[in-house]
Amino acid sequence: MPTAMSTIIMLDYEFMRTAFAAAAVVALLAGPVGYFLVLRGQTFAGHALAHVGFTGATGAVLLGIAPLYGLFLLTVLAGLAMGAFGEKLANRDVAIGLVLALALGIGLLFLHFFTGFATQATALLFGNILAVSNQTLMTLVVMSVLCFVVLAVISRPLLFASLQPELAEAKGVHERLLSTVFLVIVAVTTAGASQIVGVLLVFALMVGPAAAAQRLTLGVVPGLVAAAGLALAEAWGGLVLAYVTDWPTSFWITALSVVVYVASLGLPKVVHK
Amino acid sequence: MDCIELHDVAIGLGGKVILSQANFSIRAGEFIGLLGANGSGKTTLLRAILGIVPLTSGRISVFGKNPGEGNPAIGYMPQTRSNLNSFRLRGRDFVAGVVDGQRLGLPWLGQAARKQVDRALELVEARELALRPLSEMSGGERQRLLLAQALVGEPKLLLLDEPLISLDPGQQRNIVGLVKRLQTQLKIPVIFSSHELNPLLGSIDRVLYLGNTLAEIGEVKDVITGPVLSKLYGAPIEVYEINGRIFVMSDSVELEVDAHRHEHHHHA
Repeated sequence: MPTAMSTIIMLDYEFMRTAFAAAAVVALLAGPVGYFLVLRGQTFAGHALAHVGFTGATGAVLLGIAPLYGLFLLTVLAGLAMGAFGEKLANRDVAIGLVLALALGIGLLFLHFFTGFATQATALLFGNILAVSNQTLMTLVVMSVLCFVVLAVISRPLLFASLQPELAEAKGVHERLLSTVFLVIVAVTTAGASQIVGVLLVFALMVGPAAAAQRLTLGVVPGLVAAAGLALAEAWGGLVLAYVTDWPTSFWITALSVVVYVASLGLPKVVHK
Repeated sequence: MDCIELHDVAIGLGGKVILSQANFSIRAGEFIGLLGANGSGKTTLLRAILGIVPLTSGRISVFGKNPGEGNPAIGYMPQTRSNLNSFRLRGRDFVAGVVDGQRLGLPWLGQAARKQVDRALELVEARELALRPLSEMSGGERQRLLLAQALVGEPKLLLLDEPLISLDPGQQRNIVGLVKRLQTQLKIPVIFSSHELNPLLGSIDRVLYLGNTLAEIGEVKDVITGPVLSKLYGAPIEVYEINGRIFVMSDSVELEVDAHRHEHHHHA
């Protein structure tokens, strides 16, 4: 484990400071968004949106635009499409699986036309948090704040519709609209999280901490706070461990995510008053 | 005084006629048992009274008005879903999650909202469930919390969709007894849908039986008869009464037991 000294040296590097900031900005959003995803039984949506985002990112690279914008565009479009199809997508595993495979395939084709193939592919698929630029960080801050505000505004009806969809409908909650807005938030969060851990590992940052938080808490507010806290701890912990070991950050974040989740299955529940 | 009136109501769902020409009314303070086979339209009828299923024709009035979406005067308990036992939320948060749930904003509860939750939990005698996680409760305990959710907002009418599903006979007796006490104490009408008539005998005032797109309402002795049920099932039905329990048979197969065995979670 790093000593206090090595931590201070680590923060001397600007790219490390940017990485810590980017990880915090994304993790604090991904935790609460993941909490609702787990509550709604929609965790697979996060995974699916990330795959579709890969096509957007590689397409953007091909056009000479920052991959993050391509990611945003396609994940949000896919989120809107999921919202529009709604329950028609349930139990369509084969169709969804094929669309996701096609998304990765098309992304691969786009990269084939692009010369910097290998580095870009690895960075998009598995993340490259140490390469986050100041401009990207600013974009992540803006999207995170926006998503946070919208999520806060819809959180009460979203909670209601997640716990009791039929009752919420009877009380006049517009489930379809609410679900679509939420999926757009998930899409933007997915795009942000893939800047940290890459499109293939978004699940680790968005769903892992949230699922562990739900195991460890019995209340909604403590659960949301714990999800954000665990996501932050795992993202920062991953960075520190990567600095110490020189192994990839994404590996450490996924490893911490799994360890924390497994531990949450065994730990006695923390009962909040 | 009538609190729910149906005039020539017809309802279709996905091209299938669920109800044709239903005419009946439910009086203030009545406990109605809503019965019928799978797919006979029990859930659909409840949702039509809530105003979320469109009518093909006719008119429903609830307390003299069109139902309208999001009617705060109606407390609704939907059929329980199998994923409820995966929620690790404690009982109190599960009930609190529905308070003012249709309004935008953060799920913080003010003092008035917290009182609503306390009242609802007390009414269903579930104060000891408030701190326990949903995932560790029995089916009967979860049903009590669902009932508490329905009571949030002090409704003037309760619509309960299959509260007895997948409960053992002891738990069924508890839930029926609890609903009967609530209905007497709050003096509000209750429509209680069920696959089985026997657990409701002695508690309900009248029975509303659906089948074959028809609806028959009346006292048990008038509706649960061979001729009426034969019409509702479109098949010859015989009714036997043994030791205060009623058995509805078709070709010597007991209908309700059979329906119950096949039913786990369904909307119709």
